[in-house]
Amino acid sequence: MSKKLAGYGLLCSIILLLTLLICVGTGPVSLPIGQIARILLRQIPILGQGISIDWSPSSEQIVLNVRLPRIVLGMLVGASLALAGAAFQGVLRNPLADPFTLGVSSGSSLGAAVLIFFGWQYSLIGALTLPAVAFFSGVITLWIVLWLAKEKGKIPTESLILSGVVMQSFLGAVVAFLTAMSKKTINEILYWTLGSLSLRGWSYTAILFPYVIVGLVVLWSYARRLNLLALGEREASHSGLDVERTKFIVLVVATLLTATAVSVSGVIGFVGLVVPHMIRMVTGPDYRLIVPLSAICGGIFMMWSDLAARMVLAPTEIPLGIITAFLGAPFFAYLLCRNKKQRMGVNS
Amino acid sequence: MNKPPISPSSAIQLSHLNKVYGTQKVLCDLNIHIQSGEFVGIIGPNGSGKTTLLHLISGAVTPSEGEVHIMEQPLSSYSRKALSQQLAVLQQDGIPAISFPVHEVIRMGRYPFLDWLGRDRYAEVEELITLIMDRLELHALAERPVSELSGGQRQRVALGKVMAQQPAVLLLDEPTTYLDIRYQIQFMELVSRWQQEEGLTVIAVMHDLNLASLFCSRLLVLHEQNIVADGSPHDILTEEMVERVFGVQASATPHPDSGVPQILLKRKEEGK
Repeated sequence: MSKKLAGYGLLCSIILLLTLLICVGTGPVSLPIGQIARILLRQIPILGQGISIDWSPSSEQIVLNVRLPRIVLGMLVGASLALAGAAFQGVLRNPLADPFTLGVSSGSSLGAAVLIFFGWQYSLIGALTLPAVAFFSGVITLWIVLWLAKEKGKIPTESLILSGVVMQSFLGAVVAFLTAMSKKTINEILYWTLGSLSLRGWSYTAILFPYVIVGLVVLWSYARRLNLLALGEREASHSGLDVERTKFIVLVVATLLTATAVSVSGVIGFVGLVVPHMIRMVTGPDYRLIVPLSAICGGIFMMWSDLAARMVLAPTEIPLGIITAFLGAPFFAYLLCRNKKQRMGVNS
Repeated sequence: MNKPPISPSSAIQLSHLNKVYGTQKVLCDLNIHIQSGEFVGIIGPNGSGKTTLLHLISGAVTPSEGEVHIMEQPLSSYSRKALSQQLAVLQQDGIPAISFPVHEVIRMGRYPFLDWLGRDRYAEVEELITLIMDRLELHALAERPVSELSGGQRQRVALGKVMAQQPAVLLLDEPTTYLDIRYQIQFMELVSRWQQEEGLTVIAVMHDLNLASLFCSRLLVLHEQNIVADGSPHDILTEEMVERVFGVQASATPHPDSGVPQILLKRKEEGK
C-alpha cells in the first residue's frame, strides 16, 4: 500500500509540476519553461541566490503577479473540489455523488448572488465579504440539508441525496430569479455562477490554502474509516466504526472545502466527480490512495481546464464552469451507463 | 488463534428486555442467560422477533426497556470499538459487491484493534491473517475483488473478516440462507471448528431446524414475542413443538450418526 502510494504520488507530483510550468508559460506572451523555472527558483530564500537574473522585469511581473496567483488558486480550488467529491462519494457510498449533489455549492452561490444583487460585495470586510458570505450560506445550506434528511437521529443515504437535490433546485431558482431581476449587474452574477478564476490576487490563495491543508489531513486520516463504510453502514458499525460520527465529520469537512472553493471561484461543477473516479479506475477502491491523489490530480485537472478557458477563444475567456461541464457531463453519463450495466450484470 | 480456553462465565445476559416499534410489541419481557462457549441456536417462525433479538444483542437496536449485559458488562458501557473487540456479527447478506480484494476485507476485521496511526495492537497479525486464509482456503482468491466472487465464497470472506476480529461472542443472522447445501454444511463446519478451538460463544438465528439440531448445543424457540422453549435439541425438536410453533405437521426422527433429532415435514393428508 505505502509503496503504491509513493509511486503514484511521485508520478502525480511530477505531472503537477510540469502542468504548473506549462500553464504559467502559456498566454498572450509566451515564456520559455526554463526561464519560468529559474524565476520561480530565484524566489526561494538562500537557495535562489545562486541564480543569475537573465530575464526582463516584465517577464517576472507576468509570472509572479499575473499568471502564478491565478494558476495556484486554480490548483487549490481543484484540490478542494476533488477532495470534497472523494469524501462525499465515500460517505454516501454513491458513485454519482459530487459536492454539488448536496446543494452546498448552490447555497454558496446564493449568498454571493444576493450580495452582488444589492451591490454589497465590498461592504463590511472589503474584498473578503463575498467569500465569507458565500461560505456561511453554504454551511447553512448543509445544515438545512442534514436537518431535512435526518430521521430519528440518523441520516439515511437516500434521503440525504434527495434533500440535497431539492435544496439545489430551490436555491438555483432563487439565483436565477435574482439574475432575471437584476438589470445592471446581470453579467456579474451570471459570470460568477458559471465559475471563473480571473482577476484573483494572492489574497484569495491565502484564504484557501489553510482549508485545503486541514481538509486533506483530516480526510486522509479518515481514509481507513471510509474504506470500512464501503461494507455498508451496519457492517461497518459491527466492525467497530462509529458510523454517525464519521459521517458527520467527513460531511462537515467536505462541505467546508466546497464552500471555500466556491466562494473564491464561483460554481465549478463535475471536478469532484471526474477526478476521484479517474483515480479509482487506476488505483482501486482504497481511500488511503484516493484521498491524497484526488488532491493532487484535482489541481492538475483544474489547471488544464483553466488553461483551456483562457486560451481556446483568446482573448475572450470562457467561464471555467462551462469547460468542466463539457468534460464532466459526458463522464457522468458514462458512469451512469456503467453502473446500469453492473447492476444488470449482478441481477442476471 | 491460541488463546486459552475461556472458563465458563456469563457471555450474554438479557434481563426483562422489551422492544416496541411504534405501537407494535416485538419482544416482551425476555430473560436469557448464555454461558461462554455455548453454541446457541435461535429458531422460530417468521416475524417472531429473531432478528430484532440479535440486533438488541449487537447494539444495532436499543431496547425499549430492560438491559443487555455482554461479558458481564452493560452493553451501554461499551464504546463502539470496545464492543467490536468482544462481539462480531455475520449478517445474512454478508459483504456487498465491493471491489476491495479479499485480503483487504479480511484485514478490515482488525479495525477495532488499530491505534490512531493504524498500527495493530497484536504483533503477530500477519500470521493470524495467513492462518485464517489457510483455514478458509482463501489464498487463491486473496487478490480477487469481492465483487467477482460467488455467494459461497463471499460468505467465506465474511467469516474470515469476523475471525480476524477475534471476538469472544459471534452472532450469526441466518448465515446459510443464500448458500446451497454444500456451502451450508461447509460454512457451519468452519464455524463449529472455530467455536470448539477458541471456546467461542456463538448465537445463531437459524431457519433450517435440521442444521440447527446438528450444530447447536442449545436451542431457544421464539414465538409470540417470547421464549417458549429452551433446551438441548433433543428436548426441543419434537413433533408437538413444531406443530405448536410453526403450525406444521412433522415427524421427528433421530439422525443416523449422532442421534440428534431431525425434522421431516409431512404433507397434508388426502381429502383434508
